[in-house]
Amino acid sequence: MDSNLAEKPTAEMRETTPARPRLPLRALVIRYGFLALLAGLVVFFSLATRGFASPQAAVFILQSVSITGILALGVTATLVVGGFDLSIGSIATSAMMAAAYVMVILEQNAFVAVVACLAIGAFVGLINGLIICYMRVPDLLATLGMMFLLIGLQRIPTEGRSIAAGMTMPDGSTAEGTFSAAFLALGRHRFDFFIENLVPAAVVVLIVLAVLIWFFLEYTRFGRMMYAVGSNARAAEFAGAPVKAYKIWAYVISGVFASIGGILLAARLGRGDIASGNNLLLDAVAAALIGFAVLGAAKPNAFGTAIGALFVGVLLQGLTMMNVPYYTQDFVKGAVLVVALVFTFALLGRNGR
Amino acid sequence: MAEDATFRIAGLGKSFGRNEVLRGISLELRAGEVTVLMGANGAGKSTLVKIMSGIHRADSGSMALGASPFAPATPAEAMRAGVVTVHQNIDDGVVGTLDVATNLVLDRLNGAGRGTFFNPRRVRREAREVASRMGLAIDLSADVTELALADRQMVAIARAMAHEPKVMILDEPTSSLSSNEAERLFALIERLRARGVAILYISHRMSDIRRVADRIISLRDGRITGLFEKPLDYEGAVNAMLGQSLGVSGVASQAATRAIFAASGLQLAEGTPPFSLELGAGEVVAVTGLVGVGKTRLAEILFGIQAPLAGEMHLDGSPYAPATPTEAIRRGVFLVAKDRAKTGIVPDFNIYENMSLPFLPRFSHFGMARRRAERAAARRQIADLKVVCRSERDDLATLSGGNQQKVTVARWLSQFSRMLILDEPFQGVDIAARHDIAAKLRESAAKRATLLFLTELDEALETADRILVMSEHTIVGEHLNRDVDMDRLLAEVAGKGLQGAA
Repeated sequence: MDSNLAEKPTAEMRETTPARPRLPLRALVIRYGFLALLAGLVVFFSLATRGFASPQAAVFILQSVSITGILALGVTATLVVGGFDLSIGSIATSAMMAAAYVMVILEQNAFVAVVACLAIGAFVGLINGLIICYMRVPDLLATLGMMFLLIGLQRIPTEGRSIAAGMTMPDGSTAEGTFSAAFLALGRHRFDFFIENLVPAAVVVLIVLAVLIWFFLEYTRFGRMMYAVGSNARAAEFAGAPVKAYKIWAYVISGVFASIGGILLAARLGRGDIASGNNLLLDAVAAALIGFAVLGAAKPNAFGTAIGALFVGVLLQGLTMMNVPYYTQDFVKGAVLVVALVFTFALLGRNGR
Repeated sequence: MAEDATFRIAGLGKSFGRNEVLRGISLELRAGEVTVLMGANGAGKSTLVKIMSGIHRADSGSMALGASPFAPATPAEAMRAGVVTVHQNIDDGVVGTLDVATNLVLDRLNGAGRGTFFNPRRVRREAREVASRMGLAIDLSADVTELALADRQMVAIARAMAHEPKVMILDEPTSSLSSNEAERLFALIERLRARGVAILYISHRMSDIRRVADRIISLRDGRITGLFEKPLDYEGAVNAMLGQSLGVSGVASQAATRAIFAASGLQLAEGTPPFSLELGAGEVVAVTGLVGVGKTRLAEILFGIQAPLAGEMHLDGSPYAPATPTEAIRRGVFLVAKDRAKTGIVPDFNIYENMSLPFLPRFSHFGMARRRAERAAARRQIADLKVVCRSERDDLATLSGGNQQKVTVARWLSQFSRMLILDEPFQGVDIAARHDIAAKLRESAAKRATLLFLTELDEALETADRILVMSEHTIVGEHLNRDVDMDRLLAEVAGKGLQGAA
């Protein structure tokens, strides 16, 4: 208690004495510009369309970004250590196919399916990390290779077919298993939150994972060391950090998060659909990169990633409700990404970074 | 007199944000003269160089080259006009993925009127010309990444000289050269001087300055505080640069109280004689020797980054053979590594995060970093080492070189160590910061062994109780810092000791 009281005044003095630089406007724009833009969008869509400003619409937006958001949080971990993971999309679809395979063809329960998916995500992440750290393959190339490998691999067990209950097997027999109800609940159950059946399970998972990874990166020593590794790996090594281990862990985190996304995708679809999940990688990467611009961080951060995913979701939902055609969506996403990157690197870059 | 000035600066001013770096600089450079610019870190030397070489633009004032105004918008423009700069950071001057020949003629490849196609034979031929004119004995087909730091520097300088410049700016060109190579550089400078080039030479090294200076200009806080013509008053110039007379602090040589570290039969490289090393508590030992004699290798062996070819080490009586820095740190052996930008500083982190980096486990509860404790520790170190900053949350990039170095040293002083190793801790650090750091090292040395690796003899004489001389990957001499036999010391540095022993 005493130390708290003693600490307070000095801490406050330090907050106020280094008076903001002479350009408060620019500093404000850098810091809060993106959040202000997000708020502006919400206000604009609320006024321009009917029904945008409702809890249902808000939840729908969250649900629409939940899977890409989870993938984006995972890739944020690899960005923090100065790497990149292009295999997240294919890890997610592999996990989806694996979940369907385990339940429909191997006739196992939901728990086994989830564990199998997480194990696949962790294993692929580990392999990615080992290839990058010990074989010295550049991160983009290693994970690109892994992406192709997984896209092919996930189709081999079913000879290229999607997996659904009652499907015909390659040998002519019929698959006996089904998606268990408990598993489907992951994608379809809605929790009561003031309004009955409001919040989908996927949104809860997103929020929990976002808080977890944010806390991990910002407040634990492991997260701090990961930032150090990403900023100057040699200095981190000279400070006694096991640099390779931190890098490998980042890819494992990324793989596990991607497989969680895949589980939720399987639960939402109720089948192992080989055609789904095409956009996951690009959307997730876009969210993570947009996150650089949030709060003027100019570096990967979990809060920014979550806001970045939300930003894309709000924009797309709002435009859809204003009857903007669906095929403009990718254009809008791309434009937001470019603007955010310009904002990050041009505006913040001049500060001497 | 003003008529024969090749290059003239009048009333130059420059600010970065609120920070006024140059406050009205006026100076002249004359053909065939070496003008030495002296200034502490943060005095504005680098900014002045960057304005002259077209990287920054001045806020006020003017420059003139010969009779015409000179206001380059880009480095290429400055170069074409005949103002050529060799920057301090060697890797800015060379392209690592290309070979030496291409590097030597690199900026010619960009010149107007060049063909679109790359003609390797012509590049070779031009490069050979450049190399022979500069007396450069480097394999032209080698990749620059394979070269030693000193050779890269020579390549960068040779290329700059290939432009037949009217004005040549050398920004601490010898900071990573051995004395042999520095001598070659000085020979080149003489040649340029004879050819009538106006040279601006920036350096911290008194020995360089004594060797090449025709005039000295002292810079302090963005103002020119002294202009010295021949006969040169070196002490006066140092005084004008620092605003006070620091003088060499007389070191009261301390004897070690008891042994902490011992190594025997240590061999650093194939075919070099093994040596022994003993370090005691309370003494500051400096290992001195030329660039490339194995000082950094020894430092890295002690810190677990490299392994010795042979030999045993003991710390506090028990065997010590660290495989990683983590292990070394756990045993209480800390290294302030050479080249802080590469091995010390995390640029995205602020001061307190940089200081606590190796000790985060000690600052954490169940994996959670305790920022309040980190910040308190950092504030103590900032006060202790007189780091100039606004608060412990300043970004490292906002600090001057000397203050950045104080932060990297403070990091390792913040926790108790058994053996503290510092590899070139005074590189690119002004004299005032050097005194602060050295004083703090000596003051805190009582319970640990302190080992410094220093190329500069002055620095060793200023800070150490005992001086070891290294040559050709082995230790060839030992001196107590009382009445040092300078002749013997210099002979050992130059490798005489080794020959005598053989």
